[in-house]
Amino acid sequence: MTPGYRRRKLINAACFGLTACCAAVGMGALLFILGYIAWQGAGAVRWSFLVNLPKPVGEPGGGIANAIVGSAKVVGLATLLGGPIGVLGGVYLAEFGQNRTGALVRYAADLLNGVPSIVIGVFAYTLIVVPAKRFSALSGSVALALIMIPVVLRNTEEFVRLVPHTVREAALALGIPQWKVILRVVLPTAAPGVLTGVLLAMSRIAGETAPLIFTAFGNRFWDNGLLHPIATLPHTIFTCAISPYKEWHQQAWAAALVLMFFVLGVNVSARLFLRPASGGER
Amino acid sequence: MAVTAVLTWQLAVNSALTWKQFGWSFLWSSTWDPVREVYGALPFIYGTAVSSGLALLLAVPIGVGCAIFLVELAPKRVAEICAFIIELLAAVPSVILGLMGIFVLVPVVRAVEPGLTAGLGWLPLFQGEPYGVGMLTAGLILSLMVLPYITVISREVLLAVPRSLKEAMLALGATRWETVMKVSLPYARPGIAGAVFLALGRALGETMAVTMVIGNTPQIKASLLAPGYSMASVIANELAEASSDEHLHSLIAIGLVLLGISLVVNAAARAMIGLLERRA
Amino acid sequence: MLTEKPPQHAAAPGTVVPERATLEVRGLAAGYGGPLVLRSVSLQILERQVTAIIGPSGCGKSTLIRCLNRMHEVLPGATLEGEILLDGRDVMGLDPVLLRRQVGMVFQRPNPFPSMSIFDNVAAGLVLNGVRDRALVAEKVEGSLRAAALWDEVKDKLKAPGVGLSGGQQQRLCIARALAVEPRALLLDEPCSALDPIATGRIEELLLEIKKTLTLCIVTHNMQQAARVSERTAFMLMGELVEVGPTDTIFTKPSDKKTEDYITGRFG
Repeated sequence: MTPGYRRRKLINAACFGLTACCAAVGMGALLFILGYIAWQGAGAVRWSFLVNLPKPVGEPGGGIANAIVGSAKVVGLATLLGGPIGVLGGVYLAEFGQNRTGALVRYAADLLNGVPSIVIGVFAYTLIVVPAKRFSALSGSVALALIMIPVVLRNTEEFVRLVPHTVREAALALGIPQWKVILRVVLPTAAPGVLTGVLLAMSRIAGETAPLIFTAFGNRFWDNGLLHPIATLPHTIFTCAISPYKEWHQQAWAAALVLMFFVLGVNVSARLFLRPASGGER
Repeated sequence: MAVTAVLTWQLAVNSALTWKQFGWSFLWSSTWDPVREVYGALPFIYGTAVSSGLALLLAVPIGVGCAIFLVELAPKRVAEICAFIIELLAAVPSVILGLMGIFVLVPVVRAVEPGLTAGLGWLPLFQGEPYGVGMLTAGLILSLMVLPYITVISREVLLAVPRSLKEAMLALGATRWETVMKVSLPYARPGIAGAVFLALGRALGETMAVTMVIGNTPQIKASLLAPGYSMASVIANELAEASSDEHLHSLIAIGLVLLGISLVVNAAARAMIGLLERRA
Repeated sequence: MLTEKPPQHAAAPGTVVPERATLEVRGLAAGYGGPLVLRSVSLQILERQVTAIIGPSGCGKSTLIRCLNRMHEVLPGATLEGEILLDGRDVMGLDPVLLRRQVGMVFQRPNPFPSMSIFDNVAAGLVLNGVRDRALVAEKVEGSLRAAALWDEVKDKLKAPGVGLSGGQQQRLCIARALAVEPRALLLDEPCSALDPIATGRIEELLLEIKKTLTLCIVTHNMQQAARVSERTAFMLMGELVEVGPTDTIFTKPSDKKTEDYITGRFG
């Protein structure tokens, strides 16, 4: 009994020790990635890097200005396309989605959320690039919007549902039509959460590369509008990273730092924003 | 959400040529030769399966261990901060993980591989030249990508284990670890299984990080050290430059296969999680 | 029965056995980080008797018995001061796991392990303690189920899941589970509050039976229950122990006015 118990104690301690190691691995990985990128990229990020165009191999002083602007354009357009659909769909699900149609839509959205981004890219490719016979910023945005919709949709639904019934009833009792109640009362009440969801989705699609390779395609110069190929940050990192040139590797790190800064910045601030909003309303 | 249906249909139409030409053998054939216009998807299916499997093999124990630590051991504040950091890991763009893979992991793996070959070379798994790029590296990167998913969901389901059950076990004179093994994990099993399936879905479809480290060679080798190729990677690499309709359609056909697999995996994940919710 | 042999230090035959305290609490104060839930509680729980703890909701009854086998410290933010003695030894110096093996607990709501069969539920504690002999396990499971007056109802479906039983049966299953590890004492935290009167009656009969072999301490908000099953009763109010004494005395001529008010139903 006693030696048996000592063994149990030992197993207890050892196993919990192991779980602590697991946690350390998980967190260590993130901190290492952050640190390493900061260390590698910091040297190359300076003002000229942010505002200059890429230069051919061998010439110093190339920048990623076009990629930054391109990313902003593609992501912005995707948000314009996908955001409203996601938000309105979410409102619909929360307000009228307690039936079979609602369940079906929800299930489809969850599945769409699980579709690999590259497949969505292929879809946008066949839908827009092939008929237009040209890579374009628009097709990239469509692909990203498709990735964004299910995320925003489910998130919006959750937050609209959190709006207390009393608020709805109070407004309805004033004789306001239901659609107005939803738009003017319910949605603003849920706005912080909904907005956070949109921001999180934006930070996710900003880092997506796979669907852009054969839609937005990439461009070494300033873009010529939405119907033409456009450079984006993740794609620039990709091409620089797999290139054989040392200077380009350096640029990949620097671009990674910029992208990381943006994505994690939005992500962290959105989460911090979310907390008081969800805590204060209950 | 007609989108999903349209998506499938579009992919099917655009890959019709391939299906007509090769039929089901497209899935079994292992030759991929754009020059001679012979296409078979097996190397890619194999590569995807092996790299994802490897990723889960690593990430599931670590992720669940992590969740156990957060729920059972860490003080509340520490657990919250840890969970936050681990969730952020999920937000790191995959192309950045790929970048880390190329310049940090590949050299490390290349340095370690001769050791593996020397020590475990009698296993076919660890034979061959130490390239650095290959299945092993891809699996490592993928496991890092899916780790947060497993941790976050496992933590949620472990938190949902009723306190009364854990207390009953403790009151019988069980150690905390025994309580975890006998009460918490069995209770949370469907949820954790769901998490694993979701993670599998992610790993199967992950493109960039894998493309950057797997080696991009359409071959089937038993060794984990050998370069391979995955479904997502081949699409990423060749679609933009596909020269002929046959080539293009074959790539889209791969996309369709990938879509089918990931839909099945995700549906399974939902079913698992639904099972847990119904019981609770 | 289960623990047929009396404690080693039993007196010689023929002599009057003095009442001995299995558990003793001295100056206990406990809380959950905020204001104290228990203040300077001192109490003896006597060998092979039923001690009932009564009092209005929120008076700290549950916290008190959770302290006794150190289940209190499982909750976040729990604090504890004072002394708790098991057979004269400070429990804070014991390993909590070993302590809980000796001082078992039955909870407010029946909580059989959902992933286990009836048999496995009762066997859980034994298996943990490294009893490998299958025949021995089966024998002890049967003994515990008999002691918990459940054997006849479940002997044909031992492999069925424990959660399939009725509420009262589940609670008796939980008692059997606690008895199987042969504890010195059993703490019951309002074991009948989720049960109907008939199931409650069966549990009370069962308690009268098992107290012959072990020490019981039961928390209840039901004064009739305390009167029916216990030898001694402690009355608690707002985190303090107001009065403790033989059950008859507490219910017929309590010495404290507050106890009298509660007993006669003037509040609570």
